[in-house]
Amino acid sequence: MKQILSLVLVALVFCGCQKKMRPIDENKQILRLNIHTEPPTLDARKAIDTSSIAIINMCFEGLMKRGKDGAVKPAVASSVEISEENTVYVFRFRDSKWWDGKPVTAYDFETTWKTILSPKFPSGFAPELYIIKNGMQAKSGQVDLDEVGVKALDAHTLRVELDHPIPYFLDLVASHSFLAVPRHITKLSPHWADDSNSLFVGNGPYKLVEWKHHNNITLEKNEYYWEANKVTLEEIHLYIVQDEMTELNMFESDELDWAGQPLSTLPTDALQALSAEQRLHTYPMTGTYYYIFNVTQPPFDNLNFRKAFSLAIDRKAIIDNITQSKQMPATSFIPPTIWQVDPHFEDNDVKEAKQLFSIALEEMGYTKETLPVITLIYNTSSAHHKIAQAIQEQWFRTFGIRVKLANMEWKVFLNELAHKQFQVARMGGVGTFNDPMTFFDLYKYPDSSNNYSGWSNVVFTSLIEEAEMTVDPIQRELLLRQAEKIFMDEMPIAPIYYYTGSYIKKKYVKGIELSEFSDANFKFAFLEM
Amino acid sequence: MTKFLLKKIVILIVSLFVVASLTFALMHMIPGDPFTEEKAVPEEILKAMYHHYGLDQPWHIQYLKYLKGLITFDLGPSFKYQGRTVTNIIAEGFPVSLALGAEALLLSILAGIGIGSLASLKHMKWQDHALMILAVFGIAVPSFILATFLQYLFGMKLDLLPVARWGGFSHSILPAISLAALPSAFIARLTRSNMVEIIQQDYVQTAKSKGLNGLQIVLRHCLRNALLPIVTYLGPLTTAVLTGSFAVEKIFGIPGLGQWFVMSITNRDYTVIMGTTVFYSTLLMVTVFFIDILYCLIDPRIQLGHKQRST
Repeated sequence: MKQILSLVLVALVFCGCQKKMRPIDENKQILRLNIHTEPPTLDARKAIDTSSIAIINMCFEGLMKRGKDGAVKPAVASSVEISEENTVYVFRFRDSKWWDGKPVTAYDFETTWKTILSPKFPSGFAPELYIIKNGMQAKSGQVDLDEVGVKALDAHTLRVELDHPIPYFLDLVASHSFLAVPRHITKLSPHWADDSNSLFVGNGPYKLVEWKHHNNITLEKNEYYWEANKVTLEEIHLYIVQDEMTELNMFESDELDWAGQPLSTLPTDALQALSAEQRLHTYPMTGTYYYIFNVTQPPFDNLNFRKAFSLAIDRKAIIDNITQSKQMPATSFIPPTIWQVDPHFEDNDVKEAKQLFSIALEEMGYTKETLPVITLIYNTSSAHHKIAQAIQEQWFRTFGIRVKLANMEWKVFLNELAHKQFQVARMGGVGTFNDPMTFFDLYKYPDSSNNYSGWSNVVFTSLIEEAEMTVDPIQRELLLRQAEKIFMDEMPIAPIYYYTGSYIKKKYVKGIELSEFSDANFKFAFLEM
Repeated sequence: MTKFLLKKIVILIVSLFVVASLTFALMHMIPGDPFTEEKAVPEEILKAMYHHYGLDQPWHIQYLKYLKGLITFDLGPSFKYQGRTVTNIIAEGFPVSLALGAEALLLSILAGIGIGSLASLKHMKWQDHALMILAVFGIAVPSFILATFLQYLFGMKLDLLPVARWGGFSHSILPAISLAALPSAFIARLTRSNMVEIIQQDYVQTAKSKGLNGLQIVLRHCLRNALLPIVTYLGPLTTAVLTGSFAVEKIFGIPGLGQWFVMSITNRDYTVIMGTTVFYSTLLMVTVFFIDILYCLIDPRIQLGHKQRST
């Protein structure tokens, strides 16, 4: 028995040893990345998650495209005319093709946007298109789809009418929400984008050739792409490995060319070592990590109490010891990638915090002993847990009270937020377009579905509404800055840090354009051995 | 025999019904739904989604529809992975887990019985102690720790095997060992204790005195009897190993069925939760059913229609 056993074991190991060949041919331009999760769909009208959007951005291109410096450049559209009132945009199309050889037309865009806005179509990001005239009304079934402000005047001209002037409209048009899908294909099957079948057709720099669910996706250069002469990569191999540590291990053993953001994340435990070895790259992102206070219940309905809790946080210590990716302490809601930040308070202002805390206790008639137990909730994740522990300790040192920590599964957590069953909760988000409105939208009205804190302020709302109607950029910024001041003075949230992206890459990988919005442009990527 | 089989089948169907109903109830009791997202979806869109997936209907209609789906093997579409049906997910994931599981199962049976027999033959000698310490490690070290360690040693340091992913046979070796460690150790300990007991039985002593050599005694006389308790353990083990493990599949990035048990719940992907649970239960019950029959074949003392004979 012993002999048989050892024979089997030896055989097992040796059979395996022959294969550990490098899948990469050094003479071929093949980029190997990990996308962390299986994309739920590659239908550009439905995708809302990072993985799907990343691949959709490789396979599709919209009217406009974000360039390296964040500037918006023409893509499928060759030019755009804007009316005097800034509400009508006319896009002229260049000659470009889907990868089945059929032309990309204005009709494709009209049909796609109208489908997203039709009441029956299940699209999670339809509200992004509500800026189009009658968009919201069409979605809720109040007006007919024909009345929506988008119309193909001919195959090469698209006219878009907005509900009100939107200074960042072209920036929005460059995002994934405003792509088009091939009209001649979607007619054939509702499941055209769920597999790597011949029906899946796009117009981006890369085309999908293989999709093994939960395993890997292969893209190759799209010869029909209008700027194909500028695309160097021949193939992109996307692996779907969930475990962040495994991804890092694969990178270290040369099975991947890139690890970390924007397609995945690096394990927090590895950041310090990578940073010490000077291999960690970071870049700023349009996002803020913050704690929400539930202002609808005591004790966080008290302004001084909220302020005290926010000022007592030592943001720098958290960045230096926990997040370790060159984040910046946040003393405002809008991150510095959107505009220059004016700090609204001082980080770790313990003295002021203590004072505000005792004032607040007095105002509410509590003493330290009678104060109800405060619970901080966050979704289960080691990074959130470490930050929560640090803040718990900081609050204890400042106020002498022990805050309870409770972690919960993601959807349970969101459910608690939606029903305002919390006192303090962790939140954070990356914006989708380059304007303060990407964040202020969340708190515009007390019943905005993302306003978990329940906070509202009439002046804030009217400032935002006024800014939305203002075309002059200087005047508009002034209004929005006033709004931010009110927001931060009222402190419904305690900002903690502005996000950064972090990644490691092989030296030979070049030309990937990272964006502040957790996506990237792989069009100009290449390998230089 | 027929009566026994019929009885078993009826129990199987009733149990499945109970499992299916309980899962349905529990699933709808957990907070959140498939469309709960960080950026809350407006009411009108949520309504459209609920309608699209039939979640706006009263629960008893949903329940009946679901039961009907089970009977007709139409488990419906996944809410999260659009365009993929539950049947399709199981059909793609199960073969992967099956292949990996079969490898792990074979490995654990061979290694377990081998180590166990060897230890029993060297009872209370150093070999026995060494092997049993190894077995304690096998039981104590969780599969995900072992997986990470193997990945580091064979994938990165020795550079012999791929770190992760699913492809050829070489990809399956590390995950199979990770999966097999615990059952091997368990089987080894079971085999050893049974063998030790059996070796002292009169008939083994007789065989010895007849001059048969050690290997023959073990193979012909001891193992057969020592294997009975292991066969019992094989039922749940087979199901567990064949349907995959969440931890091992996650660490090695394997597109098996194991990850779906956890992922479907995180996503509140109702149809997938139901589908995988019912699939797992069916497999478990059917395996146990066959193990019962196997039991009788190995040990003639156990009879299928036991009651009829006992009179």
